[in-house]
Amino acid sequence: MNTLVWLEQFRGVARAISWEALGAARHLGGKVVAAILGSGVEKVAQEAIARGADTVYLADDPTLAAYRTDPYVATLKSIVAQAKPDAFLIGATARGRDLAAALAAELDTGLAADCLDLSVDGSGALHATRPVYAGNLLATITFSEKRPQMATLRARAFPAAEADANRPSEIVRVPAALPEDQIGVKVLEFQAEEGKVSLADARIVVSGGRAVRGPEGFALVRELAEVLGGALGASRAAVDAGWIPYAYQVGQTGRTVRPDLYIACGISGAVQHLAGMGSAKVIVAINKDADAPIFKVAKYGIVGDIFEVVPALTAEFKKRLGK
Amino acid sequence: MALNIVVCIKQVPDTAELPKIDPAKAMAGDEGVTRVVNPWDEYALEEALRLKEKHGGKVTVLTMGPERAVEALRKAASMGADDAILLDDPAFAGSDAGATAYILAGAIRKLGVYDLILCGKQSVDGDSGQVAPGIARHLHVPQLTFVAKIRALDPTARNITVERLLEEGREVTLAPLPALLSVVKEINEPRYPAFLLIRKAAKLQPPVWGIKELGLDPARVGRQGSATRWSDLRKPPARATQCEIIQGATAAEKAAKLADRLLAEKVI
Repeated sequence: MNTLVWLEQFRGVARAISWEALGAARHLGGKVVAAILGSGVEKVAQEAIARGADTVYLADDPTLAAYRTDPYVATLKSIVAQAKPDAFLIGATARGRDLAAALAAELDTGLAADCLDLSVDGSGALHATRPVYAGNLLATITFSEKRPQMATLRARAFPAAEADANRPSEIVRVPAALPEDQIGVKVLEFQAEEGKVSLADARIVVSGGRAVRGPEGFALVRELAEVLGGALGASRAAVDAGWIPYAYQVGQTGRTVRPDLYIACGISGAVQHLAGMGSAKVIVAINKDADAPIFKVAKYGIVGDIFEVVPALTAEFKKRLGK
Repeated sequence: MALNIVVCIKQVPDTAELPKIDPAKAMAGDEGVTRVVNPWDEYALEEALRLKEKHGGKVTVLTMGPERAVEALRKAASMGADDAILLDDPAFAGSDAGATAYILAGAIRKLGVYDLILCGKQSVDGDSGQVAPGIARHLHVPQLTFVAKIRALDPTARNITVERLLEEGREVTLAPLPALLSVVKEINEPRYPAFLLIRKAAKLQPPVWGIKELGLDPARVGRQGSATRWSDLRKPPARATQCEIIQGATAAEKAAKLADRLLAEKVI
């Protein structure tokens, strides 16, 4: 088994999912090969070695500074031709899904998207478990004889690879495959949301729903999220009401999250919302309506007005966490 | 310059009925539930209609699916699409996302003239988000995925500037035309079907293109032409949780008790 992992970086820093994908590759057994593309990203390559990659392909070039589909696909295609992996794992982030789908078409091979579990049988065939029908069903994906067998991996579904400095490894430098004048797409600017905890990577998510009643109510929910060091989320009802941007929406037409703790504030728990957060480890529901469906998936519930309960929780955790 | 816009849509189970889907029925290829146009595809169509209203041109809607998928094309026509084509052939049955992208790309190539291809970011049944990038690859056009806003479209310079929704924020990206866009929900609010168009759309009998019309390689379509296969479709394990309702005389008391539980769970 020879598994290639794409290490996603943003502004020179590897995303958490990259190490989760590396951990998944190590778990499959056999040789683990990592590919890092960017500009000034040698330290990510070094970290990949520490975390157990046997070989790291490093393409360090200004044309690769920000992710763009064409130069990344072309460069990874040449890495695949050299490394000849049996499996190719990529984090199921926005960029990862963009890249994996384009590469699968370019390499004319199979791709399983957004996987929750992977295993390999004696013949080197990959079996990938992934949610379908918006998380209402699971499917096992198997591949034809085409290689590599590609999979994108959902954030927080696989344990991250731990540092293991004793494994021998090597860095192979590869050139960027496309010169700038052959790349039509230009990234003009990036409006980063500074200091925000990414929903997909968050250990704790605190979300607000219809009962939050407006942007002022969201300030209370946000305060609780901040005290807990978590990410802010929202239900579709709150987004559609215009109280919070779509980027925060958790659920079927929004983002899927897998935190350790999910606190639903004033969210009734429509099936579309449950599809996006149902695999959280511990769910807490705070709702006035004791019959709200959210209590059916919650481990702990408080029946009450979020305008009283949420500030009380914020105050309590401030005290407990010494903030 | 008038724009030729192609919108790829898919007929999928109504999102409200997704929890009711029986794995065995879905495996057999008929979920037996109400079908609608994939929600994200409606945003793609709406954006196409707005671009047409602004720049002039034509909106052509494509869908791959069995005969019943004509209903999805009728919905698109009732919203204002000019042309609709059904891609249906027994040879297409069982196509995975990769094979579907190959088929849709073949249809767009047959249309010949296109400036923009619009798709939803993914479907609510297959959930792969793989078809739109696949089409772009097959047609050798740039792909702009997760588009939340079209900032500018310059028909003379033949380029488009969009905002893409990524994890860390918004990326502003410029691409030459023709280009493929996959859109997220934030981009617009889809219109309701127009009363006058509904009656006309109900009679729509779209042309049907199959493998012969598209001149596709039979080895690359359908179950045999797919590099992945679904098996063991099943319900996820049920959450074995019994909800403990935290009791207390005041909000502060309830909050303190909940904090005890969560700290004991080691999730904070």
